[in-house]
Formats: sequence, C-alpha cells, structure tokens
Amino acid sequence: MIKPTTPIKAESRNLNFFYNGGNHALKSVSMPLYENKITALIGPSGCGKSTFLRCFNRMHDLYPGNKYQGEIVMHPDNTNILEQGVDPIEVRMRISMVFQKPNPFPKSIYENVAYGLRVRGENNKRMLDDKVEEALKGAALWNEAKDRLQDLAFNLSGGQQQRLCIARALATDPEIMLFDEPTSALDPIATANIEELMSELKQKLTILVVTHNMQQAARVSDYTAYMYLGELMEYDDTNTIFTRPSRKETEDYITGKFG
Amino acid sequence: MMSTNMTTETPPAPASALKNLGEVRAMIKRHKLNDYMFSLIGLLALTLALLTLLTLFTDLVMDGYQRFNMEFLTEFPSRRAAHAGLLSAWVGSALVMLVTFLVAVPMGVAAGLYLEEYAPKNWFSDLIEINVTNLAGVPSIVYGLLALGLFVYILDLGQSILTAGLTLGLLILPIVIVSTRESIRAIPIAIREAAYAVGATKWQVVYDHVLKYSYGGILTGVIIGMARALGETAPIITIGALTFIAFLPPTPVTDVAPFINFEWLSSGFTVLPIQMFNWLSRPDHAFHINAAATGAIIIVVTLLMNGTAIYLRYKIRKNIKW
Ligand SMILES: Nc1ncnc2c1ncn2[C@@H]1O[C@H](COP(=O)(O)OP(=O)(O)OP(=O)(O)O)[C@@H](O)[C@H]1O
Ligand SMILES: [Mg+2]
Repeated sequence: MIKPTTPIKAESRNLNFFYNGGNHALKSVSMPLYENKITALIGPSGCGKSTFLRCFNRMHDLYPGNKYQGEIVMHPDNTNILEQGVDPIEVRMRISMVFQKPNPFPKSIYENVAYGLRVRGENNKRMLDDKVEEALKGAALWNEAKDRLQDLAFNLSGGQQQRLCIARALATDPEIMLFDEPTSALDPIATANIEELMSELKQKLTILVVTHNMQQAARVSDYTAYMYLGELMEYDDTNTIFTRPSRKETEDYITGKFG
Repeated sequence: MMSTNMTTETPPAPASALKNLGEVRAMIKRHKLNDYMFSLIGLLALTLALLTLLTLFTDLVMDGYQRFNMEFLTEFPSRRAAHAGLLSAWVGSALVMLVTFLVAVPMGVAAGLYLEEYAPKNWFSDLIEINVTNLAGVPSIVYGLLALGLFVYILDLGQSILTAGLTLGLLILPIVIVSTRESIRAIPIAIREAAYAVGATKWQVVYDHVLKYSYGGILTGVIIGMARALGETAPIITIGALTFIAFLPPTPVTDVAPFINFEWLSSGFTVLPIQMFNWLSRPDHAFHINAAATGAIIIVVTLLMNGTAIYLRYKIRKNIKW
C-alpha cells in the first residue's frame, strides 16, 4: 500500500476539466504524484489520460474556452498551479513535457536542447554548452550526438529524436516531467532505452507518464492510476494494481478482457 | 510451420474466389484507365496554356528584337522611335516597386500574423478573413479609383511615385496577408506546443518559431505579388501617371549629408507597362517595335521573379520537413 512517509510533489484535488464545447473530460480526479517516483496513467482510449496530463503544464490554456475546476497543488510551496493568478509560463518553467510523437524544432540538435534556456534569457555560450552537454548525457544521447551538434534534429532517427525531446525537457531542470505515451512511435529497443532513462531520471525529478502498454506501466512505474470515462477508478502502488486490484474493472482492463 | 491436422487434404479454393479475382483485376484496369484519361486531359490543358504563352512571347521577341541593346535601357523616350529608350520607365518601375515592397511587406506580414496568432477566433475575425480573401479579387482599377480619391485628392500626395507605390502596395496586400497566413498555418501544432511547453511566451513562439519557419512561404507570396504589381497598368493610369517622361526622379542617395533624400517620392514618373501602352497607341509602326521589346522585357522580369520565388521556397523548405 501507499507509504505515507514518501513526500508528495504534487496532487490534483477534485480536478474537473471541460473542453471548449462543454465536454466534461475529467470528473473530480484527486490523485498524488509522489516525489522521485514514476506514476503511470492507464486506461482505454479517450478516457482522459492526456487531458489530465496536460492540466499539469496548463497546455489547455493555449486553446480558448477550456475550463479547469479544482486544484493541482505543488509542494513544498503549496502553489495551486491552476489558480488564475499563476502564469501558465511559470508553471511550464517548473514542469516540462515530452510528447507522444517526437516533435523537435527544425533547428540544430544544439539549439533544440538550448531553447528552453534561451527562453529563460540564458545567452552565455559556456553556460549553454555545459547545460546542453549535461542534458544530452542525461537523455543518453550524448555519445551519438556529440560530433554532430550542429546537424538538423530531423536527421536523427525517431528514437534519437525522442531522446532529444527528453534532453530539451531536461535542460531546464524541471521539478516534474510529463510523458504522454513517449514510446508509442518507437521500436522495442528505443522503447527499452527510454524506459531505462525514465528510471534514471526519477533520481532527480518526479514523473507522470501516460501509457497504453501494460508491461511498460508494470516495468517502470511505482504507482499506477487507472482511469475510465474521465474518472479515476483506482490508484495504488503498481505492484498492487497489477497483482490484486481492488476493482473488477481494473482487473478486466489489465488482463485485456476490456479496452 | 505445419501443424499435424494440416496433412489432411486442403479443399480446393472455391471457384467464386477466382472469379472475384478476375473482377478485381478488371476493376483495377478500369480505374487505371481513368487515371490515364485524366493525365492526358491535364497534359493537354497544360500544353495549350504553355503554347499560348510561348507564342505570345515569341511574337513579342520577333517584333522587338531589334531594340534589345544597352541603348534601349539608357535612353529617355524620344520622338524618334529608333532612339527612344526605357530609362525613365524602368527607373520609375524600380522606385515604385521599392515603395510597394516597403508598404506591403510590413503591413501584410503584421496583419497576417495578427489574424493568425493574436486575433480571437470569432464571427468578426471570420468576416475579416472573408473580406481579405475577397480583396484579392477586386479589379485593380477599383484600387486606382480609391487611390485617386484618397492619396491624390484627400491626402494631396500628388500623382507621384509615393502614390503609385502605396496603391500597388494596397493592391498586393491581400496576397501577402493570405500567403503569410497560409505559411503560418502550415506549422504543425506539435511544434508550437513544444515551444510553449518549455516556457516560451507568445512573442517568443512567434519570433523564434512561427516567423522563422514561415518566411520562405511569405517571401514567395511577396515576390509573386510584386511580379503582379510590376505589370499593373490600370490603377497607375487612373491615378494619372504621366506617359511621357524625359527626366529621372531625384536620386534617393546623395553625396551630401544626410545622404538620403526623399524628394523622389513626390516626383512624377512613368512605369514599364505605361511606357509600353504609350508606344503602342502611336500610329507610327516604328514605336510598336519598342512596345514589343518592352513587353518581352516585362515578361522576362516577371518570370525571373517567379522563378526566384520557386527557388527560394525550395531552398528554404529543404531544412523544414512536415
Ligand atoms: N480538443 C478537444 N476538444 C474537445 N474534446 C476533446 C478534445 N481533446 C480530447 N477531447 C475528448 O476528451 C476525452 C478525453 O480525451 P483524451 O485525449 O484525454 O483521451 P486519452 O485517454 O488520452 O486517449 P488516448 O489513449 O487515445 O490518447 C475524449 O472523449 C476526447 O474525445
Ligand atoms: Mg492521449
């Protein structure tokens, strides 16, 4: 069961979300993200996993008419990042994201990684060089990329591009990293690389990952949340969810009887 | 791999399957025929269009080739056809184009950027969108009338290079706006989201990404618009450009401080198509040779501009794949 001693990095409290048309996509979701742990979100397509994830970096603010209700509180500062007065840009400076499909900028490998720092006003070449190297090492891409930093990012393979996107998200020292099905466009070897990477990253930060792959959730995550139709059906440590879930629906989904 | 129960005889494929295969093949053949027919029609239409253009061009070159020499570009118009030249016309065209460019590019790009990135999406912005698109189809002479009323009479700018540049700038503004919006729209949402996700502000996204990835397309639109403006005659005649000019506007750059001078903006002028029109309307056949040569030059310059646009687009887009 959940150990109450592990500190909570962030938690959603009674989070409701409405898309522009009024579509009630999240229904009163309350869930913690434990610090330096990986939390996996699973559930059938369309159940609201991405919607939930994208609340954490206020991505929904980019489109008019979307509405949040409830709170996402970050610790230790107790900031409700959904509050009107909190600038979404501040939130994105603390919480970074890796998308489903690798989406590098049509710029050089170096500039891709450096962009988050440039946005923060960092222009010192030495500083940027160091940070880029550190982030590429953190994303296990340094060895492949160090001799071609000025190459276009598009010339990398899909798996390398995704690691580049991880490096980009990592370069800014985020407190939390969000992953939306980060390996769904990758082959098994690239997938294994990224999973290994996530396990290393959690030493430094807190991770929330959406995945369709049950084995992946079981392999990498410490906690797992099962969502269905916008509701959080069950949340527990991963071991419990995969061996003796308390709800029949969760078990059916995990064993493939449903979904 | 073969499982044990597969050793029992496999039933022959039902005849209906074979018949179906025949039908499928016949269908594919029919569909391929449609493909073939269409490419034939398309090719025919294309050839026809190109042939017309080629005939026109050859005709102009045949008529005007005698005047393809330096003198034609360095002489003012004259009463003697054989010594009349395009100097005042091409200088006038160049200066008008300069003003057109300086008007249309900042305004068009800013408007397109605003509509695409900043304007709230509602019925009002839809209305503006429809109107901008429609503006591109307004006959150019209407722009001429508008310019006559606004720039010449109300703002009292005279029948000057400035007036002509402003008029043509307005004329190609919709082209610049539409091409700006289209190139901006071609940028995938995923790229924008990636930029926002690392904490970029809207202006950072616009400046570091949107403009950088769309300027190839914008440039193409600008050049194509300029090529159109170069050949425009009606609005320039409407605002009252002179048809016979034997002087050059004051030079924009001088050798005394402050080295730049704006008198040329209020100077009278003529442009290539008007010069051509002027020569064409004379009874003396000798002037028609000049007109033909001018026409050929306008076509070549226009094609060169469009060619540059295509080349730049290709070159800039090479690094951008989506
Ligand atoms: N932009 C949008 N506007 C309106 N409704 C949306 C929008 N995006 C998603 N939805 C709806 O919200 C619900 C949740 O979608 P979401 O993308 O979060 O699902 P998901 O669990 O991530 O699914 P998948 O596993 O297929 O990625 C779905 O019913 C979807 O149709
Ligand atoms: Mg999703």
